[in-house]
Amino acid sequence: MYSPSRWSARGGPSPVDANDLYQEVLLDHFRHPRNHGTLADGEVLADEENPNCGDRIRLAVRLAPDGTVADIRFDGRGCAISTASASIMTAHARGRPAGELSDLADRFSAMMRAEIPFEEGGVEDLAALAGVRSFPLRVKCATMAWHALKKALARAAEKPFSGRS
Amino acid sequence: MGTHRENADAQAAGAAAGAVREPDWERVRGDFPVLHRLVRGRPLVYFDNAATTQKPAIVIRTECEYYGTCTANVHRAIHFMAEEATRRYEAVRAAAARFVDAPGAASTVVTRGTTEAINLVARGWAIPRLKPGDRILVTGMEHHSNLVPWQMAARATGAELRSIPVDDAGELDLRRLPELLGNRTRLLALTHVSNVLGTVNPVRQLADAAHAAGAAVLVDAAQSVAHMPVSMAALGADFLAFSGHKMCGPTGVGFLCARPERLEEMEPVFGGGEMIARVEETESTWAEIPHRFEAGTPNIAGVIGMGAAFEVFSELGMDAVQRRDAMLTRVALEQLAAVPGLRIVGAAPDRIGVVAFALEDAHPHDVAQLLDRDGIAIRAGHMCAQPLLRRFGHAALNRASLAFYNRPEEFDVLAESLVRARRALAGGRE
Repeated sequence: MYSPSRWSARGGPSPVDANDLYQEVLLDHFRHPRNHGTLADGEVLADEENPNCGDRIRLAVRLAPDGTVADIRFDGRGCAISTASASIMTAHARGRPAGELSDLADRFSAMMRAEIPFEEGGVEDLAALAGVRSFPLRVKCATMAWHALKKALARAAEKPFSGRS
Repeated sequence: MGTHRENADAQAAGAAAGAVREPDWERVRGDFPVLHRLVRGRPLVYFDNAATTQKPAIVIRTECEYYGTCTANVHRAIHFMAEEATRRYEAVRAAAARFVDAPGAASTVVTRGTTEAINLVARGWAIPRLKPGDRILVTGMEHHSNLVPWQMAARATGAELRSIPVDDAGELDLRRLPELLGNRTRLLALTHVSNVLGTVNPVRQLADAAHAAGAAVLVDAAQSVAHMPVSMAALGADFLAFSGHKMCGPTGVGFLCARPERLEEMEPVFGGGEMIARVEETESTWAEIPHRFEAGTPNIAGVIGMGAAFEVFSELGMDAVQRRDAMLTRVALEQLAAVPGLRIVGAAPDRIGVVAFALEDAHPHDVAQLLDRDGIAIRAGHMCAQPLLRRFGHAALNRASLAFYNRPEEFDVLAESLVRARRALAGGRE
């Protein structure tokens, strides 16, 4: 039989406080996003959209002849989580090999879905996104930029020395 | 936290107005177990009532009692408990018909909710009779559940789907109505109340125009039933769909009320037990309406629990609920309008307490998440009305929607939390 006291006394699973989600490092990336903008030339573009919230990202990447990311920018509209994630991702990506970044994007998505433990793995400020794992509805916000990165790198691989041809 | 505006406000106003004796709303609120809980260490402030309402203990108990006292299938077995379950189940069908002043229980179909009810009409009534060139008319403020089924029906039949536009105030722009109705419109499907703007539509006026043009009328009453007296007869609807869970009832229960002759025109959509009369090897005949639309074992416990929800509303009185709603809506609009940088979307004078808004420089998902840490539940996203949001230039919005059990002072908590959220997101930029 239904018993109000039994049910209401128990708070249910309480994830980390939202204060932990919107910590200062994350908000700083949101307020002052790194690499926000577009690239004039030599870019590979990738778009991602989340129809649930209307968030959009356009990622522009230019690879150097050695396969590292020479330049990377993002544009679009997004919430604090998706904007900060794009900022953190692009700051890390510059100068890194495409293959390594593609693996990292896969690992990041798996970490966000809590399939593997969270570890910063040398990515500066990535820890600011750890709290997102407790908010399943926001995981897509965090992974959107990384999906765009995967997509852009795959495209770049199709035309190795990316640049206007 | 919050000012201490007294609930007595409304009661004093009611008393001053004369004879009406208002329910003791604090006591009514006390009957809802969830409203006593803490969320993230704060008292829950629940403003997502347009999505689903909380359930009073009597509804929860009634649903449980079916399992504890008379679990049996309805309609078929000849034994004591089956008869009791059937009697209680059918009594709720009758209560549903009475609640919305429908033609009767015999033309009231029990469904899983509004969505299923509308889909039944799309599949069972519209698709078998629409021809290429026929028209289905909807409005620009439909919930996806009263839009997508008609897109599917149009695709299946070659009929065209048109939409009555929404003006800047969030009201239907009826200037082109005669042209939109034309002479090939077979069905007008419209919402009674917008789940985003709170606008109450002039359904009767539209229904009269539709009938004059030879069209049938389906009314989506999902957002109105918990907030105002609803009369299918007064609205002039051929079909009226609503859900139980948006009016303090269990999830998985809804109703399709219809004029009997319309229901007779409808083909069954689901085949199976319960909906048949005689079954041969290769063909069957159908049961009488409404049973021919109810294949399989229904949500018996939920339906019986729904009976308690109808009783709750009947005891409160829909006029009292509507007065309470109007008072809370006034407070909501005042408090929200005073939040810096907040813009309310929708300004119809005839409205209910469903308030969509955008907070400047703040993403709706961040706003909802930040409010959540204060124990406040509001909505963020497209509210299942993407075309309407696009009409107003938004991909997502926030929405606060109230119920009679909300307290006026909860809007103080909401407004303060919104101010803090904006400050947190703006940070150094402010």
